[in-house]
Parts: sequence; C-alpha cells; structure tokens
Amino acid sequence: MKKVFSRPKSIKKNPFHYCPGCGHSIIHRLIGEVIDELGIQEMTIGVPPAGCAVLAYFYFDVDMGEASHGRAAAVATGLKRALPDRIVFTYQGDGDIAAIGTAETIHAASRGENFTTIFVNNGVYGMTGGQMAPTTILGQNTTTSPGGRKEKRDGFPIPLSEMLAVAKGSAYIERTAVSSPSNILKTKKAIEKAFRTQMKGLGFSLVEILSPCPTNWKMSPVEACQWIDEEMVKHFPLGVIKDISGEKKDAH
Amino acid sequence: MALAQGMIEIDQELCKDCKLCISVCPKKLIETSDRLNQKGYYPAFYIEKSLKKEHRKCTGCGLCAIVCPEIAIEVYRA
Amino acid sequence: MRGNHAIAEAAVRAGCRFYFGYPITPQNEIPEYMSDRLSKTEGGVFIQAESEVASIHMVIGASMAGARVMTSSSGPGISLKQEGISFLSALELPAVIVNMSRGGPGLGNIAPSQSDYFQATRGGGHGDYRTIVLAPSSCQEAVDLTYKSFDLADRYRIPVIILGDGMLGQMMEPVELPPEIPVKKLPPKDWTITGAKGRPSRFIRSLILDPFEEEEHNWKLMRKYERISKEEVMWESFSVEDAKMLVVAFGIAARIAKGAIKRVREEGLKVGLFRPISLWPFPAKVLKEVSRRVKHLFVFEMNMGQMVEDVKLAVDGGVEVHFYGRPGGIIPTPLEISRIISSYYYQKKLG
Repeated sequence: MKKVFSRPKSIKKNPFHYCPGCGHSIIHRLIGEVIDELGIQEMTIGVPPAGCAVLAYFYFDVDMGEASHGRAAAVATGLKRALPDRIVFTYQGDGDIAAIGTAETIHAASRGENFTTIFVNNGVYGMTGGQMAPTTILGQNTTTSPGGRKEKRDGFPIPLSEMLAVAKGSAYIERTAVSSPSNILKTKKAIEKAFRTQMKGLGFSLVEILSPCPTNWKMSPVEACQWIDEEMVKHFPLGVIKDISGEKKDAH
Repeated sequence: MALAQGMIEIDQELCKDCKLCISVCPKKLIETSDRLNQKGYYPAFYIEKSLKKEHRKCTGCGLCAIVCPEIAIEVYRA
Repeated sequence: MRGNHAIAEAAVRAGCRFYFGYPITPQNEIPEYMSDRLSKTEGGVFIQAESEVASIHMVIGASMAGARVMTSSSGPGISLKQEGISFLSALELPAVIVNMSRGGPGLGNIAPSQSDYFQATRGGGHGDYRTIVLAPSSCQEAVDLTYKSFDLADRYRIPVIILGDGMLGQMMEPVELPPEIPVKKLPPKDWTITGAKGRPSRFIRSLILDPFEEEEHNWKLMRKYERISKEEVMWESFSVEDAKMLVVAFGIAARIAKGAIKRVREEGLKVGLFRPISLWPFPAKVLKEVSRRVKHLFVFEMNMGQMVEDVKLAVDGGVEVHFYGRPGGIIPTPLEISRIISSYYYQKKLG
C-alpha cells in the first residue's frame, strides 16, 4: 500500500495553535501543497496578517516578513518590486484586507502588482474575540453587533472581491470555501491558479476563501461548515469573479 | 471490479475533536474515542485499525484527511 | 540645485533604487525628481503610493528584501508613518525617511518650521526605540548627510530621519555631488528575506509573545543605541573659543543664527554657535564639556521649545539656558535674532 496523503514539505511539523475546526490550518495546508507541487518553496516569500494567522511563519517553511494590520498589500508591493522574479503572497483576514487595509488592497490591485493574496473570510475579527467585520452578514450576531448586524446601525457588508474585479490590474479573482471536501479541493485549484497567474506575470490575483470560525460563531465545527454552505454563500456566492486569461469560466 | 483497498492513520495527539472527519467518512469508519489526549481532547480514532486487510471497508478515498485541519491523518491506498 | 532635488540625487548616488512617497508641500520636488531619475536608472523603482501609510509599508517590504530605500514627507505625513517607523525599528530594518518640516500642528501651513524635533527624536510611534536623526543646515550638508544616512542605516539596521524644513527644500545653492555607488558593490546582507534558496527559511517579525524574549529584544536594541551614541555623534562649533555666550541651534535656525552672530561679533560681543547635527544621538557630552567654560546658553529654534529640553538635560544645571522661539512657519531674520542676542547679552552683563 502506498501513502497517498501526508503533510506537505513546505508546512513545518509544528502543531497548529488554531481552534478545533478552524479553516486557517486547512488553508495553510492547501497553500503548502500548491507550493510543493509548483516546486517554488525556495522562491516564495509570504506576508502574514495581524490576526489568528499572525504566527503563520511557524507553519510555512518559506521566508516570511511581518506586516502591521492591513498593510500586507503595501509590504508585498515593496517586496515584489524589489524581487520581481520571486513568488510573493499575502495571507489576510477580512478585517485586515477590507477594513484597515482597503486602500492598500484596492491600489495594489489597480496598479496590477504581481503578487497573490489569500483572503480568509470568516466574517468576524477572530483573534480579538469575534467583533463585527466588514464581511459580517446582516443578521449575524457578533460582540459589536448585538442582536445581529443591522443595516441602519451597522451598514452593509463589503463585497471586496467584486470591487477588486472592477479594478483594471486585477487578473484573477475567485471565491471558494473550505466547508466541505469538494469545496476544499476547489480551493486548492484556485490557489494553484492564482500562483500560476503570478508566475505568468499577468497581474494581481486573489482567492477569497469562506472559512469557519467555530469559536466566535459559537457553533460546532460541523455546524459552522453547514452555516457557510447554507447562509454565507447566499451573500458571498462562490465562483470565478474575474479571470483575464479566459481559461476558467465559472467552474462551479 | 473490486473497490480500492485503503487504510488511514490518525495521530491522536494532534486531533482536536472537531469531528469533521467523522462527518465526511462515507463508510462511517471514524468515531470519537473515550480516552483523553495530551491536549485534553477526545480524539478521533479509526475503527478498523486492528482489523486485517481483508476485513477492512476503507477505500483510501482520503476525504477525512482532506478535511482535517490538523493534518493528523495519513492515508494509504493499494 | 534646489534642496529637495539635491537630497533626491544624493540618495540615488548612495545606491538608493527604491522610492515610495506621496505628495505634500513643501517636499513635492522629491517624489517628482525621483520619478524621473529612477525611471532612467537601472533597477530603479518609483511608486507614488495611495497614502503616507502605504508608502512607509512599501519601504518596509523593499527593506526586508535588502534594498536601499527612501521615503519623504512633511509633518502631517510623518505623523501617519509613525507606526511604520516603530515597525522599522523593531524589525531592525534600514531605511531613510526625509521630513521637510512645515508649520503645524494639524494642517498648519506650508512655510518652514522646526516643530517636528520631538516627533523625530522622541518618536510618535509606540514602544521604546530610537532612530538616528540628522539635521542639515545647507543644501551641501543635505547632500552629504543624505548620502551618509544610507550607510548608517545599513550598518546599524536602523531607520535614519533627515530632519529638514521647507526653506532648505526650496532654496537653491551650489552643491558638490558625491560619486555614484554601484549597487553591486554594496556590502551583502545576511538577514534578508529573498526566498530560502540553499538555506533554511527565515522570518522577520516583531511580535514576540514571550515576555522574557521581548525584554531581551528591547535590551538588544538599547545596546545598539548605546553603540550609536558613542560612535555617531555629530556637531559643529563656530566662533566658540572666547565666547561668553553660546547660541544653540540646529538646521535652518543655525544658519540664521550664524548670520546674527557675525553681526554681533562686529560689535564686539563674544558670542559663538553650537550646532548639533545629529539630533539623535544628541551631542550631550560635548555640550556639557563646553558648558564648563561658557555659562550662558541661548537656544534658538523655530518652534515653541523642543531642543531646549535636550540642552537642559545635557548641561544638567550649572548654566543659564535662555530660549527664543518663533513658531508657526515664520522665518526670523538674522537682524531680528542679532537684536535678541544683544539684548540678552547686555541684560546678563556679559559685555
């Protein structure tokens, strides 16, 4: 019998500190698998976020450089401009990319900066205890939207990926989820496509991944995955949002 | 035509009892154990672990490993 | 050359190939010059970023990759960069940050002032850190200090602030430019993140959750700052040999003071000038030495009293420290200052 599944080489052996059922470690593993399969471990530089994944450098066996909250797109711009032949990726949560980091993200996409962004969307500020985030959906209860997000009081969630697709300079944008094995496999394909987009020099690439946060959603991991499939995708539909290479019509 | 033969190994010390693997196994071959691990979780265990190859139902489909957040499962397939 | 242009040219000659900035008066000529100069230089990268916040973080990224990189702004923009400067210090990244100060606080005005001394030397960012701060008082000195700042930044892995002002940036003086350093000849750096080829992967970060480790990191930074305080102090003395009173001033104020001192010397007043060039590390020891002989210090700044605190700390009592400041973007004339110096001199019965 052959071993057909094990830890990717570019993921370190350290046990993850994430909560049971958290999407982060699944996504870390997928990125590691893609880096292995594309053979780019020695050329890759990552920029972790401020958030639960701030310690991503303990898990990815690639060079990594810290950015302050929201500024990963600017740090990645500096890195990629200085090292254009390396693969640069940012790994950011919804607050990081769509609240404090909105300007940096939109401008990096508009300038067509040739790096890849992995946007982990769990609809809350996880590390700080579950506050409302730019992608919290209407009616969703968080510690700063008691009784659920209300239009008048809290405003609408931000469809950042759709906004970035309008920006000329963004080359490939897809939204996936890690709520089920088939979605997880589609996420891996999207991540690979994003890295390939960078390798071809086509411009800014982004994969938005709906990810469970069982602890702050106050659900079990299995319930959290169901909630993504039943509720979250109504507001954040899965699929290819933009692909200038034309290869991927919506594969969903 | 025979189904593929497979088996899995679960590192119980990495498991955090999220039960995602249990929910996706098509043949219900994973259950929660009643023995605490070092981290204080009741880890998942593969019920066919001590069975001989001919009696195992696992096909090595790998859905459990794909969904496991801790990379605690390794999958073997003939 | 115009001061702003000279600073930009000196940076490129020092091997700076990356500039990230944003428009703000009175330093707009720096990004404008850089956008042209870098487009004609091999490997040159210019980005006008979406904000001063974005530009300081692009500086962080390029510095992590091992490049010589610069940004520039004025007071309000430097305020926006404070988190980035704290990060640069914690991550021990080299970078050069140019501040051409203007009237403040708030939006202020676009006339020159020196009211960013505290911001530069005490830092508006969070945490215990220092940055080297150099204050030129002529276009030539702006060239020399900018050129040198890249070496200092690389040698000590520290951000260096060039504290100029609107007048320095706009005035035109003849300058002698230093030779261009080929980027290939720059010393290699063994701590950068460039893709882990042929070596274990590394990460650059400032989040140190273990309190003991974080404490040790701070001590490490302090030991570095102590080394810098011993080696990199810079100052100028003018006409001090027989002085009974010393004017202490930096940057453009020192230029004005020199003019005032020449006037009063003609009238027989024994006045000299002590000009700190490195505001951090501040030439405290030297000033203390000097104050053994000269018992009257007259601090003149274009602000409401910032460097005067460092002067008082340095001399630690034992001398009279008088202060004259004009804030808000007014440029005093040498004549005005000479009158103030004279009146103080005679008040204290020094003549």
